[in-house]
Amino acid sequence: MALRIGCCAPPGKAPGNKTGSWRIYLPVIDGETCTLCGNCVLICPETAIEEVEGEIVVDLDYCKGCGLCAEECPTEAISMELEEK
Amino acid sequence: MLQIMEGSHAIAEAVRLCRPEVVSAYPITPQTHIVERLAEMVADGDLNAEYICVESEFSALSACLGASAAGSRVYSATSSQGLILMAEVVFNVAGMRQPIIMSIANRALGAPLSIWNDQQDSIALRDSGWFQLYGEDVQEMTDQHFIAYKAAERHDILLPGFVCFDGFILSHTYEPVDIPNQEDIDAYLPKYVPYNMLDAKDPISMGMYATPEYYHEFRYEIDQAMMRSAAALSEAGKEFGEIFGRDYSEHVVPYRMDDADVAFVAMGSICGTIKDAIDEMRTDGIKVGLVKIRTYRPFPEKEIAKALGGVSAVAVLEKNVSIGSAMKGAVGPEILHALNGTGIGVYSYVAGLGGRDIRKKDIRAMADLAAQGKGNMFYGLREEVL
Repeated sequence: MALRIGCCAPPGKAPGNKTGSWRIYLPVIDGETCTLCGNCVLICPETAIEEVEGEIVVDLDYCKGCGLCAEECPTEAISMELEEK
Repeated sequence: MLQIMEGSHAIAEAVRLCRPEVVSAYPITPQTHIVERLAEMVADGDLNAEYICVESEFSALSACLGASAAGSRVYSATSSQGLILMAEVVFNVAGMRQPIIMSIANRALGAPLSIWNDQQDSIALRDSGWFQLYGEDVQEMTDQHFIAYKAAERHDILLPGFVCFDGFILSHTYEPVDIPNQEDIDAYLPKYVPYNMLDAKDPISMGMYATPEYYHEFRYEIDQAMMRSAAALSEAGKEFGEIFGRDYSEHVVPYRMDDADVAFVAMGSICGTIKDAIDEMRTDGIKVGLVKIRTYRPFPEKEIAKALGGVSAVAVLEKNVSIGSAMKGAVGPEILHALNGTGIGVYSYVAGLGGRDIRKKDIRAMADLAAQGKGNMFYGLREEVL
């Protein structure tokens, strides 16, 4: 990506800034317990969580492992597990 | 036509002629008269600009940054504590490449509180990415505003700039000054054409955060633009001279440098006193000259090396102190670097801090010290109060 003078960018997620590299703890979703309430989708500050065909999917390029989704999950279906890299 | 004007009012006239669309500033001694006069001009309808009143210098430059990002030609002015309070925004303006011009009525920094002149404030922001011009007299500092806008707004430059001049010594002094007419300035400095601007229909963010993969290159690009600005300022100064008869194409100006053994290097109003002292010393057979620095950033290293080539010693008169450094002044090490390998002795003399007068006999004493190879010191300490 060529630089733009003054570091200008259009709105939206900066594709070059893959915050997934920051992650230490990985959200692991238990499909049995998950009710697909969508709280995690709303709370994720990186908009890295989506519901795709009845399943919660985390975009690991951008999930920085903050754990807000696990904290907010009403059925405790998300656990944060130390990630081996 | 020459008119007798206070330095601050001459700057206000120059700014009016540059037709800024937004002015935001917070009054601070000794800059106050500039923005007071500009506020009057806006109130009287003599200047068609938004004058944004704010509660601090931080807000003043923030308002200027927003206005510049929205595509306006923008002006501000400050001094001392005001500039330091702005510091965060000063760096952001340069990083977002907004060509704001700001007058700096140079004043000492606290503590202890001092309202009087030295150049510590602008020197402290040396590395911020704003070019820095220093005026010797009211005419020069007034003209430098036109040149600054013209160079800053070029799309191959896009950098903000300080026009620095000594507080009180120039800001409050009445001198004869030629103020150009509006028609000529309009021809010299056409309407500002922004490179990037905020537009609700085509939104962008400026100064977005850069990851380690990109930040380094952004800083490099600012430095490259600064290096290019040397030629842009020189061209703008030359064109100004062709129209108005006062040439500013040179970043350094020699005075009686032919056959000089000892050369002074200085910036700002003290150059006038140094020239008088040089004239007296020359009468006494002492071969002394001066190299005045007009452009401190970008640093005119090649020009300085050329101007100082034939001397045996250089006395750098510093109205600043880089506390804890070996040479004591901030300018000296750069002169030393410019003369690297020549064997010419370079000595800094910190003087005139917080408004202490520098007299002709002090200049003469510094020339003696430099000839003896002594320097890198606070000159003229009052030992009895230590």
